[in-house]
Amino acid sequence: MITLSHFIVLGAVLFCIAVASLFINRKNVIVLLMSIELMLLAVNINFVAFSRFHGDPAGQVFVFFILTVAAAETAIGLAILVLLFRNRSTINIAQIDSMKG
Amino acid sequence: MELSTSILLTIALAPLVGCVLAGFLGRFLGRAGSHSATILGVAISCGLSFYVLYQLTTGAATNYNHNLYTWFEIGKFSASVGFLIDRLTAMMMVVVTFVSLLVHIYTIGYMKDDPGYQRFFSYISLFTFSMLMLVMSNNFMQLFFGWEAVGLVSYLLIGFWYKKPTAIYANLKAFVVNRVGDFGFLLGIAAVLFFLNTLDYATAFHNADTLIGKTLHITSTVQWDAATVIGILLFIGAMGKSAQVPLHVWLPDSMEGPTPISALIHAATMVTAGIFMVARMSPIFELSEGALSFVMVIGATGALFTGLIGIVQNDIKRVVAYSTLSQLGYMTVALGASAYAGAVFHLMTHAFFKALLFLGAGSVIIAMHHEQDMRYMGGLRKYMPITWITMWIGSLALCGVPFFAGFYSKDAIIEAVGESHRWGAGYAYFCVLAGAFVTATYTFRQMYLTFHGKERFKVVEQHGHGHHDEHHDDEHHEPGVLHHAPKESPWVVTLPLILLAIPSLLIGYFAIQPMLYGDWFGGSIQVHEINNVLGKLGEEFHGSLAMALHGFGQPPFWLVAAAFAITTYIYLFNPSVADKIKSALKPLWTMLDRKYWIDDVYYAVFAKGGVMLGRALWKGGDAAVIDGALVDGSANLVQRIASGVRRLQSGYLYHYAFAMILGLILLLGGYWLVGQ
Repeated sequence: MITLSHFIVLGAVLFCIAVASLFINRKNVIVLLMSIELMLLAVNINFVAFSRFHGDPAGQVFVFFILTVAAAETAIGLAILVLLFRNRSTINIAQIDSMKG
Repeated sequence: MELSTSILLTIALAPLVGCVLAGFLGRFLGRAGSHSATILGVAISCGLSFYVLYQLTTGAATNYNHNLYTWFEIGKFSASVGFLIDRLTAMMMVVVTFVSLLVHIYTIGYMKDDPGYQRFFSYISLFTFSMLMLVMSNNFMQLFFGWEAVGLVSYLLIGFWYKKPTAIYANLKAFVVNRVGDFGFLLGIAAVLFFLNTLDYATAFHNADTLIGKTLHITSTVQWDAATVIGILLFIGAMGKSAQVPLHVWLPDSMEGPTPISALIHAATMVTAGIFMVARMSPIFELSEGALSFVMVIGATGALFTGLIGIVQNDIKRVVAYSTLSQLGYMTVALGASAYAGAVFHLMTHAFFKALLFLGAGSVIIAMHHEQDMRYMGGLRKYMPITWITMWIGSLALCGVPFFAGFYSKDAIIEAVGESHRWGAGYAYFCVLAGAFVTATYTFRQMYLTFHGKERFKVVEQHGHGHHDEHHDDEHHEPGVLHHAPKESPWVVTLPLILLAIPSLLIGYFAIQPMLYGDWFGGSIQVHEINNVLGKLGEEFHGSLAMALHGFGQPPFWLVAAAFAITTYIYLFNPSVADKIKSALKPLWTMLDRKYWIDDVYYAVFAKGGVMLGRALWKGGDAAVIDGALVDGSANLVQRIASGVRRLQSGYLYHYAFAMILGLILLLGGYWLVGQ
C-alpha cells in the first residue's frame, strides 16, 4: 500500500538531492539550473500528493502554474547563461566570483 | 532748568562722527581732511563740555538724569542708554575732552610721517566717544559698554604699529590682564542687579542702604556681607582698568604704543576710569569698611612699590608710566580713605600734569629721532627750551611742590590718609609719604638725565639721508648717534604743552577750595559723617595760599627737598655715584629692574600654564578623545568590522545558496522549537 508518507519522503529525498547538488556541484551553471528545476519538481510531487490525499484539485492546478513559471524561469536562466558565456567565455561556477567582497 | 539733551548728545556723538569720517572716508579726505574732521568733532565736544560745566557750576542748569533709548528688554529688566550729568560727570567730561583735544592737535606733529595717520585719528576719536559714554552713563550697563569700548581702543592703539612684535605682545597682554579685572567687574554688576534689582544709578544708590545686613551665602557657614562683595568685585574691575597691583603689569608695556595715546589713554583718562567709577559708586562703597580697607591697601602698595621701579628705568616713557602707576595708587588710597573728592581732584590735576609729561617726553622723542633711552640724552635744555620749561612745570606738579597743582591734590590725600582710622591706614600713610620721596627721586632723575648734564649723544651730519616714514624702525641708527642736531618741536607739539602747563600750574590753587572743602560735588559723592576725613581737614583749611605756605613746613615737602638734593648731587655733579650705588645695592637693583619678578611669575605660571593647559586639552581632550576615540574611532570600528565581515562574501553562488538553506533550516528549526 502506497501511503502519503511515501510521496512526502520521495519529495523530500528529491529536494535534498537537488540542494546537495547545488552545493556540491562546482562545475557549471547548467547543472545549477537543473538542480533548481529538480527542487521545484520535488515540491510539485508534494502538491500532487496532498491534493490527492485531501481530494482537493486546487493543488494540481498549482502544479501547472509552477511548471509554467519554472519553464519561464529556465528560459530566462539559459538566456542569462548565454550572455554570461559571451562575456566571460566560461560557465564554470568556480570562476564566477566577481561578487567577492 | 535742566541741561539740554541735544547739547549732551552732541558732546557724545561729535567725536564718533569724526571717528567715522576719518576711519571710513580717510582715504578720500586725505591727511589734512581727516585731522580737521576729528579735531573739529572733539573741539565741539570740548567747548560744549565747558559750557555744561559752567552751567552746572553757576547753577544755571540742574542735574540731568534721563534714559534716551531702550537698548534691550529681558522680562522686567530693561537696559537703557541714558545720561546722568552732575558736576562729577561734567568735570570728567571737561578733563577727557580737553586732554583729548590737545592730544589730537599734538598728534599732527607726532605722527607726521606715519602711514597710519587717518587710522590713528579715527581711533583716538573713537576713544573719546567711548570714554564720554563711560563717564556720562546713568546705569551700570552703559558704564560696562564704555568700559569695554575704551579697553578695545586701548588694545588697538597699543598695537598701532602692528608690525612690531613687542607692540603685539604688549597689546595682547593689556587685553588679557584687563579681562581678569573685567570679569570681577561683571560679577560686581551682577551682584548689584541681584541685591538691588536695578542697574540704574539713581535707583541703586537710593536703595543702597537696603544692602545693610544682607549677606551672600557661599556655604552654609560662610556668609559674605553684600556691600563688601559688591565693593570688592567692582574694585577688581577698577584694578584692571586703573592698573592697580597686582593687575598693573600691562601699563608699563602699553608704552609700546605711540606717545600721544600714552598721554591720553594710559595717563590722563582711561586708566582713571576705575577711580571715577569708585567715586561714582561712593554710596555703595561707604557701606563697607572691608571693601574700603581692601581698596586702601591695594592702592598704597601700588603707590610706593611701582614708584620704586621707576627709579631704575632708562626709557623716558617708562619712567612716566611707572609714575602713572604710582599716582593711580595715590588716587586709590584716597578712595580707600573715603576721600573720594580728593581722589577725583588728584585725578583731574594728574590728568593735566601727566599728559603734559607724556607729551613732553614725546617731544623729546621726536627731537631724538625716536630714541627713548635716557642714557643717550642729556643737555637737551638748550635745544628745546619750551619742552624743557613745560616739563619742569609738570615735574614740579608731579612732585607736589607747593603752589603747583599736584601739591594741593597730593597733600590733601596724604593728610586725609593721616586722618583716617580705617584698618590699613597706618600702612597706607607710610606708603604715600615714602612715595613722595620716591616720586621726586625718579622725576628729578628723569629731568636731569634728559635735559641737563653732558650731552651723551653725537651728531653725525649725513647729507642725502632721506627721512624715514616708519617711526618704529629700530635699526635706523645706532644708539646715541643722531644725523642732525635735536631741535624744538613744531608748534602743534609745543602748543598743547603750553596749554597743559597752565592748568598744571594753577588749577590746584583755584579748585581745591570748592572741590575738596566746599560742597561742590553735592550729592554726586556721598560720604558717611564718621568717615568724612576731608570734612575734618576742611576745618583746618584757611585758603590755598595758607595751605601752600604751610606745605613748606611739612614732611612731604622735606622729602621732596631731600630727593631734590640727592638727585642734583648725583646726576649733575657726580654721575659716577649712581653706578656705585647701583653696584653696592645689586640685589635691590636687580629686584627693581625685574619689577619684583611679577611679570616673570605671571609669564611662567599663567601664560605658560595656560599654554600647557591648552596643549593638554588639545592633545588629550581634542586629539585623543574627541578626534581619536569618537570621530576617527567610530569610523575605524566600522572599517574593522567590515573588513572581518567581508570575508563572508566569497562571490561563489553555492556559498550563498548554502547560507540561504542554512538560514531556512535555522528559521524552521527555531519555529519548530518554539512550537514545541
